[in-house]
Amino acid sequence: MHLHKFEKIWLIFGIAMLAVFLGIVGVQAFTQGQTPAGGMEKIDPEKVDVTAPFDDPGVHQIDEDTYEVVIKAMAYGYEPSEIKVPAGKEIIFKVTSKDVIHSFTIPNTKVNMMVVPGQVNEKRYTFKEPGTFLILCNEYCGTGHHFMHTEIEVVEE
Amino acid sequence: MKKNKNPHEADLRGTLISVLVVGVLIAVMWAAVYAMYVAL
Amino acid sequence: MIIHSERGPLAGRRTSSAVAGVTAASERKLALWNIGFAYTAFLIGTFCGLLQVFMRNEMIQLPAWLDYYQVLTVHGVTLALVYTTFFIYAFLITGMSKALGSFGPKVARWSWIGFFVAAAGTVWATIEILSGRASVLYTFYAPLKASGWFYVSLALLIIGTWIISFALIAHYVKWRKANPGIMSPLFAFMTISTLAMWIIACLGVVAAVVFMYIPWAFGWVDTINVELSRTLFWFFGHPLVYFWLLPAYMAWYLVVPKLLGTKVFSDSLARLSFLLFILFSIPVGLHHQLTEPGVADFWKFLQVTLTFMVVIPTLMTAFSLFATFEISGRQKGAKGLFGWVSKLPWNDIRFTSLFIAMVFFIPGGAGGIINTSFQLNEMVHNTLWVVGHFHITVGTPVAMTFMGISFWLIPYLTGRTLTKTTKKLAFIQIISWSVGMLFMSTAQHVLGLLGAPRRTQHSNYSDHPTVLGWFDGFFSNTATLALGGIILFFSAMLLMVIVFRLWLIEPRSEKGDLYAEFPIAESDASATPRWLENWWIWIGIAVALILLAYTFPITHMIQDAPPGSKGFINW
Repeated sequence: MHLHKFEKIWLIFGIAMLAVFLGIVGVQAFTQGQTPAGGMEKIDPEKVDVTAPFDDPGVHQIDEDTYEVVIKAMAYGYEPSEIKVPAGKEIIFKVTSKDVIHSFTIPNTKVNMMVVPGQVNEKRYTFKEPGTFLILCNEYCGTGHHFMHTEIEVVEE
Repeated sequence: MKKNKNPHEADLRGTLISVLVVGVLIAVMWAAVYAMYVAL
Repeated sequence: MIIHSERGPLAGRRTSSAVAGVTAASERKLALWNIGFAYTAFLIGTFCGLLQVFMRNEMIQLPAWLDYYQVLTVHGVTLALVYTTFFIYAFLITGMSKALGSFGPKVARWSWIGFFVAAAGTVWATIEILSGRASVLYTFYAPLKASGWFYVSLALLIIGTWIISFALIAHYVKWRKANPGIMSPLFAFMTISTLAMWIIACLGVVAAVVFMYIPWAFGWVDTINVELSRTLFWFFGHPLVYFWLLPAYMAWYLVVPKLLGTKVFSDSLARLSFLLFILFSIPVGLHHQLTEPGVADFWKFLQVTLTFMVVIPTLMTAFSLFATFEISGRQKGAKGLFGWVSKLPWNDIRFTSLFIAMVFFIPGGAGGIINTSFQLNEMVHNTLWVVGHFHITVGTPVAMTFMGISFWLIPYLTGRTLTKTTKKLAFIQIISWSVGMLFMSTAQHVLGLLGAPRRTQHSNYSDHPTVLGWFDGFFSNTATLALGGIILFFSAMLLMVIVFRLWLIEPRSEKGDLYAEFPIAESDASATPRWLENWWIWIGIAVALILLAYTFPITHMIQDAPPGSKGFINW
């Protein structure tokens, strides 16, 4: 199998480019904890309301610099509907679903999480600036899907 | 200009430049989205 | 060299080229039925697309018995699944008959049976969707629960494609036995690669539908393992896109050089690239599930790496295509670095359509690399960006290649010609599709980066400022998306007119009529290593990669599963 010299150059260039992309995201993900939303914790989707931490949804301060936000998603809303967190602190979002698949998505941030019944999804994010951010569901969940949204208020520290 | 019938020896300078341009376009698009991601 | 008798009304009018035979009349009929079915779906699907862009802008209200998500489901199913699948089989059937000789009675019979099973499944699924029993979109994610018959109809569609696939494989096996020690024609090789990948890929969705969805939807079991069902779906869902793409690549590798009056650039590299698609298009489905729980980061990243590998055969293809252009241009006397560009046959709609299709695949492919770049996926997952992405991958590179194929395949099958008038219409159609798609997909990409969700009816989200940004500016505007959609609909209707003319109105073709030929370039396989056609090696490696990528995540999902979900009918 003969390769033209220029094709060799092109394939080396192309593969090197792919390796660089992969290297950048890999290093950033695994050394700086910038992995996409995920988590291996599971939950009985019928018993979300009585299972910790979802028996007490809302914002909890964990320590000086860390807050946990526990959210239940259901057709067509989120509980709690009012969320207020400080800017500049690490927020750990923990979400699960009481019924079908939803998403917990905050446009203009890195928070874009699939919400899968039976699983707890987790994402760490620090808001840089205060403001009122939109939260919406971007996975089809039924006829009222486009009404499924809420807001998160990010306040000065 | 060479007039060689064997495609492996053919003059493919235009091809090389074209594919490299495609490669650079891909890299630019990727880098733009990566920069947006990092800025969030 | 295959010489076979011609039968039917078309016999004797065609010159048999030295490279291969012609498609027999019975296969022509089968291919035409497939094309007719495909374009019926195209008509319905594009009309649903038009309704959607209007609804996204609140320009129309649907009647009470129909909602946005039904229209969206029909749009996705008819275009992404039905138009593509049936058109692909029409192309493969015609080409296999031409390349390997006419079908024997068994192959012919089973191809027809496969067609009718797939068609019945499709019609049935459409009825289930339109009657409101299956508003689950074409990904049908559990625990949204459609009627059990919806899943049965989907299974029929897949089984139908398997029947045709195995019929074509049997045709190939017979040829191999009759021609020991010879590399098969490149068209046949690429067909078999595509079908091998398709059959393996479908195992995932068939397992999910047969063992999970059907028992659950009919109430034989109470709950379903949601994460497992998603994973099996995407085991199928990503190679599905390569099932659309590879027939387009076949046209790029085999039809384009013929139109340029040259040969395939490299027979062995063309074959190798298709083999790499068998290896790397399947063990990559998790890159559609990067933002969800239940899969460890390691396995997600491993499949991200494998997804990057599947870019390599496309890099090879890009080089081969440019090299084909340049070599043909230089043969015609082109000078300098880019003199060959002006030697390309721009007046030939069969070429120009495919060329534009390839150009769209450059940003399409780049977008795909972004989508699979692990955490970058958070920027775009389930936003309109993804919709923009698949409209400049399947929606233009693949669909426009199929349009470009239609311009000669339908005349080839009906024995008609493409007249000057229709050729002009075809140019307007291709250009309007390109312009419409440029507006629509660019707007979708930009809106996606601004967070606008996909698969979502218009909503102002309580007039949140973020939403105002989706109706402001030029490309960051939902109205631009609609503008593109309207142009695309115009183009689609024009295509229907062209298809109708080519089928029924155009004059009969004369001997030597270019537009009534099936252009397949010669491919010199004399230096191609024989082991490239040892399928067991490649299928073996493919299975090994699948086991590497999926064994642990799937075993975990089964053994460490949370309590399952009962079904929900949220419509």
